Amino acid sequence: MRVNFTVNGRQQEADDVWEGESLLYVLRERMGLPGSKNACEQGECGSCTVRLDGVPVCSCLVAAGQVEGREVVTVEGLADFAKQREEAHQGGACASGACGTSLQAAQQWKAHGTDSQTGEGTELSPVQQAFIDAGAVQCGFCTPGLLIAADEMLEHNPQPTDADIREALSGNLCRCTGYEKILDAVRLAAARQDRQEEAV
Amino acid sequence: MDFLRPASWEEALAAKAEHPTAVPIAGGTDVMVEINFDHRRPEYLLDLNRIGELREWEVGADTVRLGASVSYTQIMENLRAELPGLALASHTVASPQIRNRGGVGGNLGTASPAGDAHPALLAADCEVEAESVRGSRLIPIDAFYTGVKRNALAPDELIRAVHIKKADGPQQYSKVGTRNAMVIAVCAFGIALHPRTRTVRTGIGSAAPTPIRAKAAEEFLNAALDEGGFWDSKKIITPSIAKQFAELASGAANPIDDVRGTASYRRHAVGIMARRTLGWTWESYRGTGRTTGSTEGVA
Repeated sequence: MRVNFTVNGRQQEADDVWEGESLLYVLRERMGLPGSKNACEQGECGSCTVRLDGVPVCSCLVAAGQVEGREVVTVEGLADFAKQREEAHQGGACASGACGTSLQAAQQWKAHGTDSQTGEGTELSPVQQAFIDAGAVQCGFCTPGLLIAADEMLEHNPQPTDADIREALSGNLCRCTGYEKILDAVRLAAARQDRQEEAV
Repeated sequence: MDFLRPASWEEALAAKAEHPTAVPIAGGTDVMVEINFDHRRPEYLLDLNRIGELREWEVGADTVRLGASVSYTQIMENLRAELPGLALASHTVASPQIRNRGGVGGNLGTASPAGDAHPALLAADCEVEAESVRGSRLIPIDAFYTGVKRNALAPDELIRAVHIKKADGPQQYSKVGTRNAMVIAVCAFGIALHPRTRTVRTGIGSAAPTPIRAKAAEEFLNAALDEGGFWDSKKIITPSIAKQFAELASGAANPIDDVRGTASYRRHAVGIMARRTLGWTWESYRGTGRTTGSTEGVA
């Protein structure tokens, strides 16, 4: 089976996809995007979290055939995605930066400039930088999923309470159990976003 | 394996008629687990994601027609007033990622006794709209669950929507698990007060081969509330009535020992949840308690 879809702003085509294959397998094994991690394969751990038409999902539970014609953002494209979102907001459509990504916006989104295929050579997104600054990365296996989930939460809820953060990240397990630093990192990203808003 | 991608509901029905063994996949949160673990190798996967109408809902005068693929996230965000019990149950489903994909149609299709939506659906009362190329029918929820992971669907039928009675009184939902997220219910309990008909309905999850109602507990409570004039007086329900209701609910359970809990713990927990959720809903009915939109009912 052939599947055509957009990954990190680029049109991709996967051939000879087995009908029972997951989106995660296609990303990792066919497209060379190993950022989304493969751990539980049953939606328990969140390490494979990607955005499908803007919505965070476990890519291990999406059948490859279901993404035909749709839009996927992985951790490799997160920095670009965040940058373009910021640029779009500077256009003034949403002064607070609090609005979510509409399907239309997601479909029009395109990568440019940096290498969203590997994520290399890309300036980090604010959430990624906050994870490093707060020491929220230990073994790093859960990090990509947490970044996608945290970034999406801050997109529609720029002033999260601790309860909001816990709930938004409740589907992402960290077996180093570094949760406190992870919470710190999300608070840090929120605080920086807040300060930036004030400065504008 | 073949991957069938119908672009419309009619095409989906035709595909299911032609290939009755085809496994429908929408959110994939049950089906993909089985495929990933090689527990299941269906001959055909029938993708329902391209059928937009399955993600729509309509709020009518007495019922909500909930499309089979409306996500739990959508239910929580948009239908809390009309379907408070189901919204609370939806909030206990797994994690945000899973709630973004899964929906009630899949819960009904899988018909696991541990499905989170079932107790809320039983308590609220609803009908499942099943359709095939032969026609459409409404299956009462009380007749829908026929065995462990078995339901009343014919091989050529697909679930199109669920017609759920809009809340006419307070509803609550309680679930026992080892943590608040990412947990399969050890057991669960749903309750709905129906002041218009002066009845109470219940639903028990994960404590019998299928989701069930605690019918003896309902009958006892309906009679006790009626005899005591409670619906009019809005008096506090006496502890003896609450205790008897809890014992009967516990007695309705027919659980097993498994990795998540023992049968005796489940029986005990069902009774506790029955008493607590009755208290919460009744206080709300009296106008003194928590609102039905609260998420605090999640145990």
